[in-house]
Amino acid sequence: MSTIVLLLITGLGLGALYFLIAAGLSLIWGLMRVLNLAHGAFFTVAAYLGWAASLTLAGTSPWVQWGVSVVVAVVAGGVFATLTEVVLIRPLYARPVGQVLVTVGVALAAIALVEGGFGSDPKQLTLPAWLNGTTSILGANIPNTRWVAILAAAIVLALLLFFLQRTRYGLIVRAGVENRSMVEALGIDVQRAFTLVFAIGGMAAGLSGVLAAAYYGTIDPVRGSSMLIFAFIVIVIGGLGSVAGSALAAVIVGVLQQFLNFYAAAGVGDFAVVLLLALVLLARPGGLTGATST
Amino acid sequence: MSERETLLALRNVDVFIGESHILQGVSFDVRSGGITGLLGRNGVGKTTTLRGILGLAPRTGSVTLAGDELTRLSVHEVVQRGVGYVPEDRDVFAGLTVAENLRLAERKGSELRYDLVYELFPELKQRAAQKAGTLSGGQQQMVSLSRALLNADNRILLVDEPTKGLAPLVVRNVTEALRRAAEVATILLVEQNLSVAHALVREVIVLDQGRVTFTGDVDELMNDPALARRHLGLAAAVGSH
Amino acid sequence: MTAARGRILVAVAALLVLAALPQIGITIPGLFERPLSAPGTLSLLALCFVFGALALTYDIVFGYVGLLSFGHALYFATGAYAAAIALTRWHWHLPQAILLTAVVAIVLPLVLGAVCLRMHDIPFAMVTLAFAEAGSVLVLQNPFGLTGGEEGLALGSDALPSYLVGVPNTHNLYWIALAFLVVTYAVGWWAVNSPPGRVWQAIRENERRVGVLGLNPYLYKLGAFVLSAFLASAAGVVYVLLQGGANPQITTSSFTLALLVMVVLGGVGTLWGAVLGGIVYEYLDFRLVALSNAPALQSLPAIVRVPLSEPLFILGVLFIVLVLFVPAGLGGLLRRRAAA
Repeated sequence: MSTIVLLLITGLGLGALYFLIAAGLSLIWGLMRVLNLAHGAFFTVAAYLGWAASLTLAGTSPWVQWGVSVVVAVVAGGVFATLTEVVLIRPLYARPVGQVLVTVGVALAAIALVEGGFGSDPKQLTLPAWLNGTTSILGANIPNTRWVAILAAAIVLALLLFFLQRTRYGLIVRAGVENRSMVEALGIDVQRAFTLVFAIGGMAAGLSGVLAAAYYGTIDPVRGSSMLIFAFIVIVIGGLGSVAGSALAAVIVGVLQQFLNFYAAAGVGDFAVVLLLALVLLARPGGLTGATST
Repeated sequence: MSERETLLALRNVDVFIGESHILQGVSFDVRSGGITGLLGRNGVGKTTTLRGILGLAPRTGSVTLAGDELTRLSVHEVVQRGVGYVPEDRDVFAGLTVAENLRLAERKGSELRYDLVYELFPELKQRAAQKAGTLSGGQQQMVSLSRALLNADNRILLVDEPTKGLAPLVVRNVTEALRRAAEVATILLVEQNLSVAHALVREVIVLDQGRVTFTGDVDELMNDPALARRHLGLAAAVGSH
Repeated sequence: MTAARGRILVAVAALLVLAALPQIGITIPGLFERPLSAPGTLSLLALCFVFGALALTYDIVFGYVGLLSFGHALYFATGAYAAAIALTRWHWHLPQAILLTAVVAIVLPLVLGAVCLRMHDIPFAMVTLAFAEAGSVLVLQNPFGLTGGEEGLALGSDALPSYLVGVPNTHNLYWIALAFLVVTYAVGWWAVNSPPGRVWQAIRENERRVGVLGLNPYLYKLGAFVLSAFLASAAGVVYVLLQGGANPQITTSSFTLALLVMVVLGGVGTLWGAVLGGIVYEYLDFRLVALSNAPALQSLPAIVRVPLSEPLFILGVLFIVLVLFVPAGLGGLLRRRAAA
């Protein structure tokens, strides 16, 4: 029983990390039809900058250090993403494949830069004692980092739904996911919504990066790209452009992965997730696009 | 009738889509006030003309609105100069409610005509919270028309086949709405239903294979069966009432 | 006609020079540190040829059919691991190992392609990426002790015929790589100029129009997918011979992205451009590492030194610049120069 609870909560925590990456990816794809392969780089760069910022505060309270690293990571992810959109994606408006390719270049260059600057070995993190601890529930000792990840993802989900449902820009994003050119034909500058969606996506990815660092206890330059692949799977299963769909799919993928990796064999969970993707695609090959962003 | 000033002017407008030369040096004027019809057989470039005016289709040549050049502007800037668009397939946002569809069309600094919209289409007020995708075709057309009518600073409305696929009763409703709309804005109307066109339109521009082949008074075209047949195909003879 | 014949003559002459390289002791200062006939130089060139051929196979699906696959590494790795497993784990002879690889290299892309090609455009890209990731996970998990996990799979000295083993036999491997490149180019050229090859290019321009003509785009795409994957697996076998084993790096999504960079670098939709891109990429990847250790670089301040000592940073930036400003790639640049 306690193992099941542990796996469930840990799976939810993993799903939370996926969701934070997938939400932005899904909106970017839904609105702009850009497959953003640089999203893993936002995750990684933000995590490293957050970590580096906490190092400069050595000697202060661990909570202050960790809090600063979270803020720095979120801001860094947002700034990096905004710059990518404005400087590199925007000039390629008329060339969709060019946009994808440019994000590949950003991913390669940024990850190489991280390796050059910080080395390719995993870095140990110093966390507040409570974050390294566990909380007991139904007999299972759940690492507190899982709770933090789940809570953060829940807050981001709520904020995103509020943004989409209750603000004018959210309205523009929802409409743009359906029919971008009609939004323009109502006199709305969709370009600004693009930048905004990129910024939000980058911030969420940055948050995922710094929370994943706590979740795994280390940061390294390559985790971002494997997280990105599972986030892709999440957004395809969840329906491209749908934030709520991404949240649901992230939970399914994270929990399934944890259970199978534990009960079957390491790696089987990852495999099963890919298989699930294939099954979803076979069941409804055309039904993946055109989802509304609710 | 020639006293009214020119509001919208196209000069040598070309549109290429892929390798196809859809519009070939199209030039015409739309005078301010009333409804001008843009007629022609299927596939001659009427919809492309409207899309070209907005910039939704890439175009060369000159498009001016009250003397202001539009071709260098992006789509949203063209619309902000006071161009309303009612596309051929209505293009309501199916996942958004009726109210959200209308709110999306609101422009800052423009007086909003919710009273006129709800007077013309009282149904929309009752269905404000309903998802637009669940509306009937006629109701969707009302939403689409309302989005264009909502901003009082729209000087011209580009309306593309508003009666297409609608039941006769709804066609009458839409026709009446267009007549009322024409009192507050100039309309450039693409219409295949020639009896609707004849009832609403004074001046007509006829396109054939990407070129303008006739401009003039609607009666001149409709009352001359030979002329109508030449420009509009056989259907025209039936259409003149 | 004469121009075409001239081009063929130039190509044949270049091939003869390349084939004779192990016998000529010339040095090209700047480009290569050692004489061209030195084993180190020959094995770098051989690796360049394999990547040139691999880039070509990717260009068939991406450049000619317009399929943005993010899973091409899977098929290269399939060839490499199938051959390496047969040779080391089961101690098969090389011909049998190649035969087994050939079977796997047809069946796997046929099954996966059949699923992936139900998608279009970006969803297609994501699905191919997911399958390749599954492959990568599989290799790392070392199922039944077959793949060696993170360590990779090294061929023992007795796994290969003696003429393929050891530094003194590097020139044999070099010739095999060169021959493989020539054969791949010939097959690729024949394929894209065959009637199905013209349908591929029509699909790239407008898939629906191909469907309207009564042809089934799905089958043509699947054909291209399988051919390209099969040739990539063959490149994987040659890679195993050159490197003396297989390693998990060639299964990663980064490796597929590197292939994408190669093709865009050289010029999408031209066979020789893709080959050029593959060769230049591999050469730069190798030589930029040497550059990063150069004394001149070490004396620079960290903010300049660190980026310049990361080959992938330089390649990534170069790639972005190419995508933004030179969409036709190096091949396009050269052609424009030739036309001017």
